[in-house]
Parts: sequence; structure tokens; C-alpha cells
Amino acid sequence: MTTKTQEQQLGNVLEPQTETVIQIEGLRHQYGDRTALNGVSFSVKRAEIFGLLGPNGSGKTTMFRILSTLMLPGEGRATILGHDVASDPSGVRRQIGVVFQSRSIDVKLSAEENLIHVGHLYGITGAALKKRVAEMLARVSLTDRAKERAETFSGGMQRRLELAKGLLHCPQVLLLDEPTTGLDPGARRDLWQYLQVLRDQEGVSIIVTTHLMEEAEKCDRLAILSHGNLVGLGTPAQLKSEIGGDVILLDAQNPQQVAAAIQTRFGVEAAVLDDGRVRIEREAGHRFITDVVEAFPGEIDAVSVSKPTLEDVFIRRTGHRFWNEDAQGLERRAAGTTKKKH
Amino acid sequence: MPALSLWRREVVRFYRNVSRVVGVIASPLIFWVVIGAGIGNSFTNGSAGKSQNYLDFFFPGTLMMIVLFTSIFAMMSLIEDRNEGFLLSVLVAPVHRSVIVLGKVLGGTTLATMQGVLFLVIAPLLGIHFGLGQLALMILDIFLVSFSLTALGFIIAWPMDSTSGFHAIINLFLIPLWLLSGSLFSVNSASPWMAFLMRLNPLTYGTEALRNLLFPATASAEFSLQKCLTVLAVFTVVMFSLAFVVANRRSTKPAA
Repeated sequence: MTTKTQEQQLGNVLEPQTETVIQIEGLRHQYGDRTALNGVSFSVKRAEIFGLLGPNGSGKTTMFRILSTLMLPGEGRATILGHDVASDPSGVRRQIGVVFQSRSIDVKLSAEENLIHVGHLYGITGAALKKRVAEMLARVSLTDRAKERAETFSGGMQRRLELAKGLLHCPQVLLLDEPTTGLDPGARRDLWQYLQVLRDQEGVSIIVTTHLMEEAEKCDRLAILSHGNLVGLGTPAQLKSEIGGDVILLDAQNPQQVAAAIQTRFGVEAAVLDDGRVRIEREAGHRFITDVVEAFPGEIDAVSVSKPTLEDVFIRRTGHRFWNEDAQGLERRAAGTTKKKH
Repeated sequence: MPALSLWRREVVRFYRNVSRVVGVIASPLIFWVVIGAGIGNSFTNGSAGKSQNYLDFFFPGTLMMIVLFTSIFAMMSLIEDRNEGFLLSVLVAPVHRSVIVLGKVLGGTTLATMQGVLFLVIAPLLGIHFGLGQLALMILDIFLVSFSLTALGFIIAWPMDSTSGFHAIINLFLIPLWLLSGSLFSVNSASPWMAFLMRLNPLTYGTEALRNLLFPATASAEFSLQKCLTVLAVFTVVMFSLAFVVANRRSTKPAA
């Protein structure tokens, strides 16, 4: 008996990365005429921090709503630990902890009362609940403010209480919608450290939506969304490695002309971005820029060379910059025209 | 347990809000003084019929009005919960939807019943006397009315996202519901089509039950206590079921 349990435990330790916890297949969703998700598939493993990266309006929140059982998917399937979000919402709800982007705590109640209420919703009562509430309050450093009403808390403290609320019932899967919104850099760092502890010590699978590149870098794996399409999937390092060498950006007076000339002269692809800058991917960028600047004297105003970032991955996959997509999306919606699909 | 927790939250939120507490205690008194003493005197006994004075006739009607307003408006908190994000966190919890409806509706019911009973307590001061048995039955009557109306408020509030929209719709319901409840004039003195509508109005049975218990001597034969309470019980079950159906719907549209 004892050996069997030990074996099981050992088994869990040996293969924590292989078990699929969340499976998403061909998820499609429409809001009226607008396509929010356009056939997205991916899976999330046990003890993994999985990021959903995309600008506003890319479909992250739609995905979050579907996974948290708040909305039925238009088409496709999503399962969490074998429970289908459409046909077995209660099964899913028992497994997941959810932290919303907006506030969901009751500010008229104290920190402790908020957590006790959540405990009751999840069927935890009595001494077990008391212990768990004290534990969670200590974990998010709110023990000394436990009896105070949440409306007296700072934004960071309220956020921490949200997290405690989502984790009170020890869920195997944690869904977080832009959890660091409104947090200062220190509080952001703390939150991410805590997510890593959950992953490493308790084997929690975490899905986190974000529009911040530096947060996406911290995820184990990423899905990059643009206009409801999955445009990238992999570890941050994998995604970045597909860009050869460095990324060079040029400010030129005639960007189209310069881009064309660079292409014919150096045989590398040069693209003009929405903001009028010329973008080139090239190994040994520092040497290449001297050649370019010498080749077009007086034409180039500024030059920058950098290691590829996730934003570069986004630009490469979609042809436009991360934030421009957002602005365009808003304009299109305002103009009432249908969104172009890629 | 989850229902109890939701109910408790509702009550805690209520007594932490001083203005609401003051409103609940003060408004029945003001209603009585202003409407009863002020308007009551300008009416003669005509509309009430028999030899009852209008102040007495009007007492159950005032009580119904208080319960009606408190019950339905209690569910404004549902819209607040939705806007504050609190409701979402309840919806992702593994709690049966009927339990959520029950917790929420019981919260509003408690407040409305409390207010109704508070008003009942001042009745002896005004020369209206009743025994403990009657008191218990009146509390049951008030409870049923509160519960069914709070459930009605829940049904209306569920799909809404603004409290001003809720106000508009509710006023559409409240005024006719109250006017045609036998509070101001009795069913017998109304024109035939009015009387027909009044017989359809569940609130009429709440008012008549109270009148029955408070003034057995002048009670109308048509509305026996048993009949009134049965109609109210059926109405309560129907309203609660509808509230559950509304809350249990899932769609491809965002929940908030």
C-alpha cells in the first residue's frame, strides 16, 4: 500500500510535463458579425505557465470567458481535465480557479469575510476553512489587514486578495485575465514569483492572458493571438529563434524607396511598417548597419539594432506592429466595416 | 451552505449601509403618518364600504406597498453585483444555479419581511389589535409576498446592466401592481373589468389575507385566508422557477 502510493507520487514527479490538462480544438466564436476567435487549437500541460499574448481585441478575453464557463463557444471544443466546458460546466468549475481582470471581491466585506464566502461557495466549511483562509491571507501578506474592509485596501492589496480568492479551494487549473493590471512593478514581480511557486510546488497549470511582452517572456509556453487567429505557439525562446539574427529598424525619409533599394542591393527582405520605419532581420546587425548607412548617405535619419523580441515575432507573423493592430481594429470597428481576416 | 453564505452577505451589506437601514425603519412610519393621517381624512368611508374607517382599511395596503417596493428594489443589488464583478466570481463557482437564486432572493426577502413586520408592530399603537396566531400567519403572508416579488425582481434584474434601466421597467410594473391590489379600493367597489384584473393580481391575495387577519369582522367572503395563502404559495413557486430558468441559461454571449 505504502509503496504503491510512493510509486504514484514518484510517477507524478517523473512526468509532470507530459500530462495534458487543457485541450482546445478548433475554437471559433462570433459576436454578431465580428469574429473573435477563428479556429484556435492548443493544449496546456500540467505544471505549466501558459501565456495568451495579444493586443486588445485579439480574442484573449473571449478565450478566457469560454474556458471559465461564462460563455458557450460558438464552435469547437475545450476540455479541462477531461470536462467539456460546454456540456459539463460544473465539472470544469470544480477544477478551476479564476482571477478576473476586473475586481470581483466585495469591498464592503473584510478580507477574511470575502475568503470565507468563497470557501462556502466551494463547499469548504468549519475548521478546514478557517485554516485555509488564514493560510491564504498569510500567503498574500494580508494577515494584519484581515479584519478590515477591502474598500480600504490599495489596488495592489485588492489584487492580492483576488488571487487568494481564486486559489482558496486549491484548484488544479488557474485562469488569470491580465492579472497585473494596475499593479506597480514590485507587485507584478511578486505575483509572477508566486505563480512560479504554484507551478513548481503544487503542479498547478496556469493560463494567463497578457498584452505585455515582458510578462509573456516569463511564460513557459505562449500562444500569440491576432484578430482571433493563432499566429504563434511555442516557448518564448523557440518563437524568437525563428528570427534570424538581429532586428534592424531604420528611420528614412523615403522608406519605400530605401526598402526596395536594400532588397536589390543586399538581397535581404526589408519591410516598411505601419509607422513608416523600415525593418530588416539580419545576422551580425552591427556590421550590416554601417554598410547600409554608407550605401544611402543622407537618406537615413536613425538606426537601431536589437536582439529579437516577442514583438518581432508578432510583426513577422502578422506584418504589423503590436499596438497598431489595436488602433486599426478600433478604427475599423468605428467605421462599421468588417474586419479583414488574415 | 452556499445559499446561506450569499444570504448572509446580502444582510451584512445591508446593515453596513447606514442610509439603507435608516430608510427601512423610517419609511413605514412616514408612509403611515403622511398617507394615513393626511389623505385618509380627505376620503370618506365610501370607497372602503361597510362601516370600517378608511385608515384601518388602508393599513394592509400600506404594508403591501412597503413590502412591494423593498422586495423588488432589493434586487437592484444583483445589477450592482454584476457591474462590480462579484457575480462573475459566483458564476464560475461549482454552485447550482438554483442555490444562487435562493441565496440572492432570500436576502431580499429577509429585508422586505423585516420591514413589513416592523410596520405590523406599530399597528397596536394605532388601535389595531391581533393575537399571536394571527401575527404568525401575517408574517407568513408577508414572507410569501416578499419572496415572490423578490424573485420577480431577480427575473427583471438578471439580464440588465444598468440600475436606471431597472428603475424604468420596475416602475412600469410596480404602480399598476399596487393600485390594483385592493390596497386603495376593494375589489367589490371596483368596476367589473378592474375587478377582473384585481382578481388576477397575486398581490390582491396578499392584501386580502392581511385584511382577513386584522379585521375578521369586515372580511370579504370571496377571499378566504386559505385561498389567499394558496394563491400566494403557487405564485411564489412559479416566480422562483422562472428566476431559476433565467439564471440557468447559458449562451454564446458574454455573461457580463
